[in-house]
Amino acid sequence: MSGAAPAVGVARPRVEGPAKVTGRARYAADVPMADLAFGIVVVSTVTRGRIRDIDVAAVQDMPGVLGVIDHRNAPRLNPDAGHFFGPDGGLQLLQDDVIPHAGRPVALVVAETLEQARAAAEALPVTYEVLPHDTDFSADHPAGRAAMALFDGPVDVGDVDRELAASAVVVRERYFTPEEHCSAMEPHSATAWWEGERLQAVDSNQGPFFIATVVATLFSLPLEQVRIRTEHVGGGFGSKGLCGPQLVLAVMGAMHFARPVRVTLSRNQVFLTTAMRPAIEQMVRIGADDDGRLRAIHHEAAFELSPLAEYIEGCTELTKTLYATPALRTRLTAVPLDILPPYSMRGPGAAPGSFALECAMDEVAERLGIDPLELRLRNEPTVGPASGLPFSTRNLVACLREGARRFGWASRDHRPRMRREGPLLVGTGLAATSFSVGAFPSTASITAEPDGTFTVVVNATDLGTGARTALTAIAADALAVGAEKVRLRISDSDFGPAWSAGGSRGTTSWAWAITEAAAKLRSSGDQGTVTVDTAQLLNDLPSRERHSYSAVFAEVTVDPATGEVRVRRLLGMFAVGRVVNPLMARSQVIGGMIGGLSMALHEEGVRDPVSGRHINADFAGYHISAHADVPDIEADFVPDYEPGIPMGIKGAGEIGNVGTPAAIANAVWHATGSRQRALPIRPDRVIEEHPLQ
Amino acid sequence: MAFHRLSTCAVALGEKGVALNEDTHSEILLHVNGVKHCLSVDNRTTLLDALRERVGHTGTKKGCDHGQCGACTVLCDGRRVVSCLMLAVAAEGAEVTTVEGLGGDGELLPIQQEFVRLDGFQCGYCTSGQICSAVGMLAEYAEGWPSAVTAPGSEPVLDAVEVRERMSGNLCRCGAYPSIVRAVLETAARGEVTG
Amino acid sequence: MREFAYQRVTQVREALTLVAENDGSRYLAGGTNLVDLMKCGVEAPTRLVDVRSLPLGGVREGADGGLVIGATTTNSDVAAHPEVRRRFPALSQAVLAGASGQLRNMATVGGNLLQRTRCAYFADPSQACNKRVPGTGCSAVDGAHHNHAVFGWSRHCVATHPSDMAVALAAFDAVVHYETLDGGGEIPLSEFYPPVGDTPQQETVLPSGALITAVSLPKAALSPWSRYRKVRDRASYAFANVSIAADLGVHDGVVRDVRIALGGVASQPWRARSAEAFLRGGPASFGTVPGGG
Repeated sequence: MSGAAPAVGVARPRVEGPAKVTGRARYAADVPMADLAFGIVVVSTVTRGRIRDIDVAAVQDMPGVLGVIDHRNAPRLNPDAGHFFGPDGGLQLLQDDVIPHAGRPVALVVAETLEQARAAAEALPVTYEVLPHDTDFSADHPAGRAAMALFDGPVDVGDVDRELAASAVVVRERYFTPEEHCSAMEPHSATAWWEGERLQAVDSNQGPFFIATVVATLFSLPLEQVRIRTEHVGGGFGSKGLCGPQLVLAVMGAMHFARPVRVTLSRNQVFLTTAMRPAIEQMVRIGADDDGRLRAIHHEAAFELSPLAEYIEGCTELTKTLYATPALRTRLTAVPLDILPPYSMRGPGAAPGSFALECAMDEVAERLGIDPLELRLRNEPTVGPASGLPFSTRNLVACLREGARRFGWASRDHRPRMRREGPLLVGTGLAATSFSVGAFPSTASITAEPDGTFTVVVNATDLGTGARTALTAIAADALAVGAEKVRLRISDSDFGPAWSAGGSRGTTSWAWAITEAAAKLRSSGDQGTVTVDTAQLLNDLPSRERHSYSAVFAEVTVDPATGEVRVRRLLGMFAVGRVVNPLMARSQVIGGMIGGLSMALHEEGVRDPVSGRHINADFAGYHISAHADVPDIEADFVPDYEPGIPMGIKGAGEIGNVGTPAAIANAVWHATGSRQRALPIRPDRVIEEHPLQ
Repeated sequence: MAFHRLSTCAVALGEKGVALNEDTHSEILLHVNGVKHCLSVDNRTTLLDALRERVGHTGTKKGCDHGQCGACTVLCDGRRVVSCLMLAVAAEGAEVTTVEGLGGDGELLPIQQEFVRLDGFQCGYCTSGQICSAVGMLAEYAEGWPSAVTAPGSEPVLDAVEVRERMSGNLCRCGAYPSIVRAVLETAARGEVTG
Repeated sequence: MREFAYQRVTQVREALTLVAENDGSRYLAGGTNLVDLMKCGVEAPTRLVDVRSLPLGGVREGADGGLVIGATTTNSDVAAHPEVRRRFPALSQAVLAGASGQLRNMATVGGNLLQRTRCAYFADPSQACNKRVPGTGCSAVDGAHHNHAVFGWSRHCVATHPSDMAVALAAFDAVVHYETLDGGGEIPLSEFYPPVGDTPQQETVLPSGALITAVSLPKAALSPWSRYRKVRDRASYAFANVSIAADLGVHDGVVRDVRIALGGVASQPWRARSAEAFLRGGPASFGTVPGGG
């Protein structure tokens, strides 16, 4: 037993790989089900108003139609149900005639077949009383107010105004990022049914235990009466962290029609009804001395939200930790509008926040005429600039130096618009960044089986993160056995409480519980079943600045005659603690960098200025990067170890996205000499009238 | 007149108690992975929905249902198509190959092996489409078909740029693109696509 | 999607008869646009007549030495055809710049010419659209329209024609051939799409019930070096912001003749005839371009 080679740190293909390449892996909409009925969601075509009438009689007799659920016959829901930020009015579907935003579900049409349900849903006449709406976001919108301060609250260190006045250079700029959509490839799907007194559901989500608690609250059921399972999930990126409309409506369908009902959102509905990143406007002021030492950072961000639910887009979090500065001021403003409640999208707060901060830093370097890399190195903090806490580990400098070496940064001419290749302009840029790490309470249990194997039960979810493979390796090492002796069971709300896959805290939270259970089991002589809860352990963790770090380097070409920007090289160096599986970890951070590339160049929810509705809510209109947009990407890890978390691991799920948009925007400036302070960097924003000059 | 309806395929109508209208429903013989399936379908049924909901092959995924993502890619007579925009009735007569039909029992095809070995997926939802697309694409390349990045007047050479352009009809949100491209190139280098 | 009948035909006359006898009938070929629009509720045919089994596929030499491309030839087969690549490279490039490999394997030449605009307001039945429902107005005129028409539009419609192939065909002065029950006819591509005016719903001048049978290309292009260039919001798999098909005949440093067609800017492939006239007879150099360096 003790002779097993360590599994952590070894590159291994995913355990579910063969199932995924042969089509055997079952996702929520794939699970076979007897007597299944199909529900199709009908959503509001107006942005604000009231439902005047839903003419159910017009479709009731269409072939195969079982019925329609709307606000007049839907089960009543508990308004206390909510999410991380408190009660969420977004969950209160079909409860009244009020339309708070475009795309709000107004009815569920249930029929024997998909085709029949779709036809009836399309034919269902819904009339509205249209009320004036407001979807025009801006930072100075009169409805703006301080954001909830659950995290990323306001910070005031030193005297920002005095330090700025004393600075040799001051950069003051505004940055804009649009509404962006998580756009996981798997549309949200749920199938719900009753087994005796128990509500059962197979759902695509990021954490079945949490989702089960929401469903139990929402439908006023004891938690034991609700079971949610999630085997394979086709990506989430934040959009499956909430209890989605597919599940709420599937449960209503199962209740109403007393048979299994499957509700799968259309791609258009995924855009209209599941979490998006809000539009954000940021103001950054940075003052620095001649030698590049920062005197002050002032970072304010305003984001839109819905009156239905609180939310925090923590754009200024990394500003509080990335650079040493004697004066620091941050503010977050929330602007309530008539929109779908926004929620976390991969790299929440940090991805847009880093775009503003790291572009502004690049402008400081430009004004001072110093190397942007050098500027970062000169402002390394020794303690958290806002918290005063020591850093648990801090390997940003290692990322910057190693990245610069591999990228060939030293030979860069820092003046813009100096490199040409035929009709193309070429430029390079970088960004430094961090993403906070930690863990949340979770439970796990391990059973020593008579045959010498171990059954590890933890309520993890594998969205494509590789959780199954990583946790198997972690359990094997914690039990000091080979990975083949570990049988891992995940994604079933009956497995007990655990943090969801999100916040870059899934693996750390679950691994903590597994290692703790393994230690207990080993100390008891590898007998029986041990169950642990890490809540108390987490409370004992000393306060530190704990972050993952990375440095991202980009090279772009720009065709000034057409405005086309192409990313030609992308390199990221990461400090993400001990790397559990280098093959998967590299895939994950590269995937994040591609998400960042996509954010930089393509992604933008576009609203019709008249109706206030999204008009590009599909994959033809809302562009995410395709194969042809993505170069070969180099990503690697510097040695790193988080002493406060078992096995020394940190999260790696989101930091890949962070930094990449700024690195690309800075490279576009270096190529063209023009700053791009609004994303995405579309051709029409880059095209030049006289490109040959 | 040669109507498509095949009288040889006698299937009990009225399944699920739904009255079938002769004008708007059809009996079809669908060839999938070498097996013939007699189905009575609503003419509105897409090949994708027929495969998933009627034949039970759920390996083919619905990502957008509008031909905008490629997740539902299958091969029809060896050519890659998006099954969400093909009606099941229009697929009658074609040999349809889905991801389930690519390999034999047990052994993975070289392309599938490379996807696993090089980590050409994360969530796996776009994977069956990527793999079917890659198989079809490599056959197109073998026939000498150019792509948008092939210089006019010259013959294509399969490098990363060619693979990226030719695979651009398959979106991946996890960002597995570089690994997918590597898996396709490795497969091509092995000189055997389908084993 | 509304219920519909489906019939597969093997003879042109059979297809024409079926469509003529029923107002709600539509021809179905690759289906990449029609099936999509049926799903959106924009199209609601009562009968689909599947024309892919008609003997209209393939590329052949015409009597005049030009190329004749059968209407049911797939986009992929057009782009890969050796003679298309050799004589009309811009056409091959244009086809390959459109959609994806999968869609090009399904889509046909006839369907490509008849595909409908990708204007988001057109595709959404809850928005006003004169093209979809004449007289309802145009949401796009006052809406988000940064990729809409810049030439030839009217207050009634600002939609663009989405085809890449048609842009190259316009540059080559292609001719569309069709059949009706009353006999056949041909229409130069330059006249195939009428001006928008106040009838944006009239997208082509094809007679009612007509079936496109082929597209013909002239015996010779101006040069073997015609090119197609497309600019879009991502590197592939996206409709054009703007595209250009150009062919240039140069002799002794002088532009003997030139053809330029623009895509993504109008309700039809837009021939830049003023630019052509400006360039014709002038020196073949960068300096010819106004504002050029």
